[in-house]
Amino acid sequence: MSSGSYYVPAHSAWPIFGVLAVGGMMIGTGIWMVHGSAAWLSGIGLLAVVLVMAGWFRDVVRESMGGLYDDQMDRSFRWGMAWFIFSELMFFAAFFGALFYLRTFALPWLDGEGAKGVTALLWPDFTASWPLMTPPDASIAGPRELLSPWQLPLANTLLLVSSSVTLTVAHEALKMEFRRTARNWLAGTVVLGLCFLTLQGIEYYEAWHHLGLTLQAGVYGGTFFLLTGFHGLHVTIGTLILIVMLVRVIRGHFSSERHFAFEAAAWYWHFVDAVWIGLFLFVYVF
Amino acid sequence: MASEQPRKAVLQASESEGATAGGAHVGEGHGSAPRGMLRWLLTTNHKDIGTLYLIFSLSMLFIGGIMALVIRTELFQPGLQMVQPEFFNQMTTMHGLIMVFGAIMPAFTGLANWMIPLQIGAPDMALPRLNNFSFWLLPVAFLLLLSTLLMEGGGPNFGWTFYAPLSTTYAPPSTSFFIFSLHIAGISSILGAINIIATILNLRAPGMRLMDMPLFVWTWLITAFLLIAVMPVLAGAITMMLFDINFGTSYFNAAGGGDPVLFQHLFWFFGHPEVYIMILPAFGIVSAIVPTFSRKRLFGYASMVYATGSIAIMSFLVWAHHMFAVGLPLVAELFFMYTTMLIAVPTGVKVFNWIATMFRGSISFEPPMLFAIAFIVQFTIGGFSGLMLAIAPADFQYHDTYFVVAHFHYVLVPGALFAILAGAYYWLPKWTGFYPHEGLSKWHFWLSVIGVNLTFFPMHFSGLAGMPRRIPDYALQFADFNMLSSIGAFLFGISQLLFLVVIVKCARGGVRAPACAWEGAVDLEWSVPSPAPLHTFEIPPQTRDGQIIR
Repeated sequence: MSSGSYYVPAHSAWPIFGVLAVGGMMIGTGIWMVHGSAAWLSGIGLLAVVLVMAGWFRDVVRESMGGLYDDQMDRSFRWGMAWFIFSELMFFAAFFGALFYLRTFALPWLDGEGAKGVTALLWPDFTASWPLMTPPDASIAGPRELLSPWQLPLANTLLLVSSSVTLTVAHEALKMEFRRTARNWLAGTVVLGLCFLTLQGIEYYEAWHHLGLTLQAGVYGGTFFLLTGFHGLHVTIGTLILIVMLVRVIRGHFSSERHFAFEAAAWYWHFVDAVWIGLFLFVYVF
Repeated sequence: MASEQPRKAVLQASESEGATAGGAHVGEGHGSAPRGMLRWLLTTNHKDIGTLYLIFSLSMLFIGGIMALVIRTELFQPGLQMVQPEFFNQMTTMHGLIMVFGAIMPAFTGLANWMIPLQIGAPDMALPRLNNFSFWLLPVAFLLLLSTLLMEGGGPNFGWTFYAPLSTTYAPPSTSFFIFSLHIAGISSILGAINIIATILNLRAPGMRLMDMPLFVWTWLITAFLLIAVMPVLAGAITMMLFDINFGTSYFNAAGGGDPVLFQHLFWFFGHPEVYIMILPAFGIVSAIVPTFSRKRLFGYASMVYATGSIAIMSFLVWAHHMFAVGLPLVAELFFMYTTMLIAVPTGVKVFNWIATMFRGSISFEPPMLFAIAFIVQFTIGGFSGLMLAIAPADFQYHDTYFVVAHFHYVLVPGALFAILAGAYYWLPKWTGFYPHEGLSKWHFWLSVIGVNLTFFPMHFSGLAGMPRRIPDYALQFADFNMLSSIGAFLFGISQLLFLVVIVKCARGGVRAPACAWEGAVDLEWSVPSPAPLHTFEIPPQTRDGQIIR
């Protein structure tokens, strides 16, 4: 419920610029995919999206630092961020759901199992297995070899889990006004995030060029790259957010009481971390 | 060194915060809002944005309606007369997409923007700039979608459900643009829903508990939850399509180990809650109108809230009833049949509550009430044909026939659309300060009711007799039913022009409406002047039991 005081922000040009940026990026990417040209529009659109977000958030930061926001605004931001993360969770749920459906139902049925075994008539020689090394049709080549979960993926798991720990330490330090400590642990978190991304880059290169594990390598390749790829994208975004938070910590934007931007970044980072645990278990290990 | 200076800045910030925390403070730009086109492009005002949504939705209704009339013209007689089958397929697809994502959903979002802050005593939406962003994404999305019709190979032609592999392997090249336009519309929906939830949970006037909120607010709270839960699943599904089309993944391609049926599961996991996204706010509108014009309190308020919640939760457990004929295991057929039938229980609670509200009420039949009563009767018809479709063994006969078309048009046109029209007639006095012209409104109502039933009722018969949907030509024995449907469609379509006339007249003048425009209306929006000034409830009202006590 309302507390008796409202903040209603002024009109702003950022949203409409944001619409143009998103529109340009999407349409540019579409033209690029369909006609193989206009990649520049896609790139400019992406750049514009980043710039608009920077400008929009800069205004919000200034208003916040100017003391225009009250507890109610703070709660609106909290609800907004929490439900945004829920929507992200459901986005990943679609890809996990597809993975489970394919493994549990679609492939065994293609192999002739269960009441729907009639689909086995399509490719009588097909044998279901997961990870799927030999796709049903000979026109599609499966991966030659797979990554061991106990090398790079395990290292990445350790990196992300420890980054959640270091971030929590930074947060606790901020709450106790130990700003220098908070800065150092937050910087450590950023470094761990960057290490994760580097290792994932190496892993992708290895998979694509040496193991034959590509997007086109049957259904395992697709699920592998889309799940880990969208996760990697989220780690990238999360790292950028943490870098912004690092700058703001250094500039002293946060007090021990009021630092929701930091908290929101932390929520996002922990969420990305939790998704990785699911990935590690169901894409790599099992 | 870095830690000394900053502390000062923080202190300054918290000091000035203390100075302004007492009263309502409005951002600096609010006094001198830009005029003309810029006002609408930059606005953060919930009433402006609500109006934009409603105008957008009405234009999409007419564009989608013209496509429906192209379909009905072709189907007026058997044989191919007017359009090529390829273009016919694009029309059925675009009609569905535009009506669902462009007309019905934005209309409800527009009503939410206008009315939720007024109904809970809030000055605006919780995140007003995000609100502007959410709206303006929509015109971009739909310009992109419509532009696919002009592209090489034509626009989407695989039905609004865009089943793979029709929408992947065999799709026109423009499909990637269709995917991106849906992505943009989806972002708009998700951000809009986040805004609505934050507003309802955080900006209610002091003293207003959750169980004091008007049902329109309640139904939208639950709808917003559904939107945030399922729009990302749609985004995931169309992203898989995008990769199957452009990057050679095998999600929906059995040759690579994927499964086209997976697409249907993903689509309907989104699609069935989507059906309730398009009907729950309608329940909210009818639950506001029926008590007002019966001059009684809503019967069973709490049971209405719980019924809405149950429908929302169950909407996640029924998706495969759209796929009975695709080759599901028997146990899945049974599970989805029973869960689907179970939804009739909370829906029945609602219908009985509306009837019990009217029972022994002092009813008057102004246009909003006429549309609301028509909603109750005709939505129930659509609900019952839904029960017939829920019977898995019988569905093998009805599946993909005009019976299905009749069913979902009954819940969406005389259902959702009539509720939107009812809401528009109910709240127009609050928006414009004038009552809509009563005579013209009633003409609009009766022509719409006759038109809509003439269009869709015969489809039950042609469907049961075996006429397949999405077909530009048909066997001779369906000719009479189709001719009736086409005549009804043109009657319904043309009578919507009357609605346009009513709105324009109402915006320009007419009988002046007082703050409380309808005898028997009790919600908070009727405590502010008509037309509602640009800024309302800048100082939160004290409320008890949903009423202002000051």
